Amino acid sequence: MDGLNRNSNGAGSWILENLVTIIFVAFTLFGFMVSSGVSVGYFFSELSSRVFRNSFLVLSLIIPVLAGLGLNFGIVIGAMSGQVAIAIARYFEMGGLSGLLFCFAVAMVAAAFCGYFTGKLYNKTRGQEMIASLIVGFFANGIYQFLFLFVVGVIIAVPATHPMIKPDGIGIRMTVDLVPVKQGGLKYALDNIYQIPFVHALLIVAVGLLLLLAVRYWLNIRKGRSYLNSPLSLVVNGGLCLAIAGVAIHAMVTKSPLMMVRKVPVVTGLLIIGLCVFTVLIMKTKLGQDFRSVGQSQHTAEVSGINVDRTRIIATMISTVLASWGQIIYLQNMGTLNTYNAHTQIGMFSVAALLVGGASTSKAGITHAIFGTILFNAMFIMSPEIGQSLFGQAILGEYFRTFMVYGVIGVALGIHVWKANKKSRIMVE
Amino acid sequence: MSDSLLQFRNISKSYYGNSVLANINFDVRKGEIHALIGENGAGKSTLMNILFGMPVITGTGGYEGDVLIDGEKISFKSPHEAMYAGIGMVHQEFMLIPGYSITENIKINREITTPNPVSRIFGKRLETLDMASMNADARKALDKLDMNIEEFTQVAGLPVGHMQFVEIAREIDKTGIKILVFDEPTAVLTESEAQNLLAAVKRLAAKGIGIIFISHRLDEIISVADRVTILRDGELVATKDIKDTNAVEIAALMIGRKVAIDRVQSDRRRISDEIILSLKDLHVGMPGEMVRGIDLDIRKGEIVGIGGLAGQGKLGIANGIMGTYPARGDVVFNGKPMILGDPRAAMASGMGFVSEDRKGVGLLLNESIELNIAFTAMQVGNKFLKQGGPFRFQDDDGIRKHALKMIKDLDIRCESPVQHAGSLSGGNQQKVCVARALTQDPVFLFVSEPTRGIDIGAKKLILDLLLKLNEEEGMTIVMTSSELAELRSICDRIVIVCEGKVEGVLPPDASDAEFGLMMSGSRGGKTEDSPERSADHG
Repeated sequence: MDGLNRNSNGAGSWILENLVTIIFVAFTLFGFMVSSGVSVGYFFSELSSRVFRNSFLVLSLIIPVLAGLGLNFGIVIGAMSGQVAIAIARYFEMGGLSGLLFCFAVAMVAAAFCGYFTGKLYNKTRGQEMIASLIVGFFANGIYQFLFLFVVGVIIAVPATHPMIKPDGIGIRMTVDLVPVKQGGLKYALDNIYQIPFVHALLIVAVGLLLLLAVRYWLNIRKGRSYLNSPLSLVVNGGLCLAIAGVAIHAMVTKSPLMMVRKVPVVTGLLIIGLCVFTVLIMKTKLGQDFRSVGQSQHTAEVSGINVDRTRIIATMISTVLASWGQIIYLQNMGTLNTYNAHTQIGMFSVAALLVGGASTSKAGITHAIFGTILFNAMFIMSPEIGQSLFGQAILGEYFRTFMVYGVIGVALGIHVWKANKKSRIMVE
Repeated sequence: MSDSLLQFRNISKSYYGNSVLANINFDVRKGEIHALIGENGAGKSTLMNILFGMPVITGTGGYEGDVLIDGEKISFKSPHEAMYAGIGMVHQEFMLIPGYSITENIKINREITTPNPVSRIFGKRLETLDMASMNADARKALDKLDMNIEEFTQVAGLPVGHMQFVEIAREIDKTGIKILVFDEPTAVLTESEAQNLLAAVKRLAAKGIGIIFISHRLDEIISVADRVTILRDGELVATKDIKDTNAVEIAALMIGRKVAIDRVQSDRRRISDEIILSLKDLHVGMPGEMVRGIDLDIRKGEIVGIGGLAGQGKLGIANGIMGTYPARGDVVFNGKPMILGDPRAAMASGMGFVSEDRKGVGLLLNESIELNIAFTAMQVGNKFLKQGGPFRFQDDDGIRKHALKMIKDLDIRCESPVQHAGSLSGGNQQKVCVARALTQDPVFLFVSEPTRGIDIGAKKLILDLLLKLNEEEGMTIVMTSSELAELRSICDRIVIVCEGKVEGVLPPDASDAEFGLMMSGSRGGKTEDSPERSADHG
């Protein structure tokens, strides 16, 4: 049982564990240094809309990691389910909030169905879940294309005049306009319900987090679990929240450029917070404890009488359903359905974002997901700027960010394997 | 016997016609510590598997006879049913989750939960964990064992002894635990930890729990148990009250007289006084067979046996010297110090190795017999190779000729030298392994578990072969085996390894009790003179 002691060699191992995060922070700061053209307002507008768009998808990856399935690239299947739901809603010209709820319902059924079989597959490919999830995503993409390019039109009769059907009457167009919510469509159906200025949201979040910290601290003491309270993390987190609140108040008072940042969607934000709460709460239930038991040692869980296979299937189903909802949130913000491309990168990008936040194939939390989404998208915004200012070509930065995405996944997996090998190295006593 | 908690009546079990347990009658009383002892393969684990309804039993046609708990006949279909009936097991390898706190480990899959609005709709599995009650329960179980460690400590990083106690705490936290099985509980503990454990076991028994204590350490059994049952080759040899017996008797009963393969005597043996291999403080990191400091001298022309129970480190010695596992220590071979961890150099210096892992390391199962025989010599000794310009080719004719000679010499029963090694019977596979080791012309041969999984006739052939090699070629042989009988049939002296160290050296005709005591780590005392005695057999 040696080698599990995390404090073995302090700073060195801390840097290694957070290598990916450190690279990203450095990269983003470097971007600000070399490029003079990025205004704070533009940066935060871009960042906030991207974060609200992507967080839900990244959060959907947490439960499979905790259940020992690793990084579930199979969320693309959830994304496809979400797109199927959106396509149906668009075809029957449903829109607004009711249309959105319809999408959520349809996507949930489809994703749960697909998730069940994906989970079965993972149980058959034990130990290779990640590569299996990657490949099953490609496989599902084939079915998806068959459905949208052939079944629609050839088997299901559709009018060729419908705006989302190709002019020859077979298959769905490459891009489908989702129609703004004001004209009865799905675009911004969620985002436009209620919006507040960015700095207000910042202040509310900071104050909310501060309250949460305080309540948790108090609860731990009251329930006799004061050993869970760490003064250091309390000071760091509290300080961070106070700093954010300070920045927000300062911006409001001085009318700084931060006031120019685009407004943020409240309901979308609430949904994301809701998912965070859901993730925390479910881990406090018997089911959540089973996820963790199975994730830490399938053998011990099995011996203790936990139905390992079933637990893993449930974890996969939850993840797939959440991803399908995440994709709907993503698409209502984008406003157009890129029928054959919108889902393909979702798995890679979400996984990369989670890893950037400091997660690994065996540990992940809400902070990893949210922090990772922010940092990952910051890099995304900055890399064309860096390319522009260093090489005079924005496109170089774009190449670079693709390289970063795959690089991050590669580094994270490499570190994981390296650690696993280190743990199992045979030693002379 | 009205106070019997658990009774086995006429239990027999066979796997595919191969009998592993015959007519076992065994009972455990309330509050009794009943020790179970026997060599590897004596049937201890099969008996426990039957008690727990393990799939390995139920999936192979069940068993004959009855198991009774509190006088009622039971038949568990899964370990889970056994758990509900109040039977617990403390495993030799810990079933703990290192990342969990002690409480979480104790309460795994038996978490205390409280309903919440969501769980009322979606079912029990979504009920919230009640950590406070769980901690309280864990505290209670730990207190019963006099453990003053905090129940919310993470298990990773705890000393091994504490982990063992967490396992026990988990078992006694289960309500209505009646029978607790300890499987070699002290194998991984230090002496003081073991003492604590034994005291805890006694306390549990005093609370009325029936305890089955599986161990091979005789002194422990004597000090802790009320009764002892000795198994040998799937049969119950005796059940005795501890106060009516002693370590020597138990040891003798455990080893017993097996159908001995007769010792072949020969006057053509030449054992010189020259030491060919000398080990000083050898440590080997072979998982499950750790070697922790072996000192041993082997003379030229000897056949030395290495015996001991499984997991004590006897297999690690040959593997460490041959470089298949990391090793440390001074090894002098033929007057030259050896660099450990380099299999190539070991083979080049004239050592041959027939591995215990015949199908893993020993053979290329999907290759022909002739290639298997020649392979190592080609790789290490540059034999059977032809130079053709800048390239080297394998010398097919040479290989064929040599293989045919080996097949004839060792009497390998095969259709042709190109037959795949995997399709041979176990005995013939073993002969191919030996042939391969011989092809390197070794002066020194390590043979590990040469007769594992081989039928009795083939066993004799392999042993005769080893003896012949020793006689005719003067080859020094170190044979490692779990079967004492075969060591006794050909070896000049037998080194017994226990807990990674040399426990003692015995002549092959030493008594059963001496072997038994030594294998269980209870030093017999008069062991020092055995090398001299063994020389007489030469």
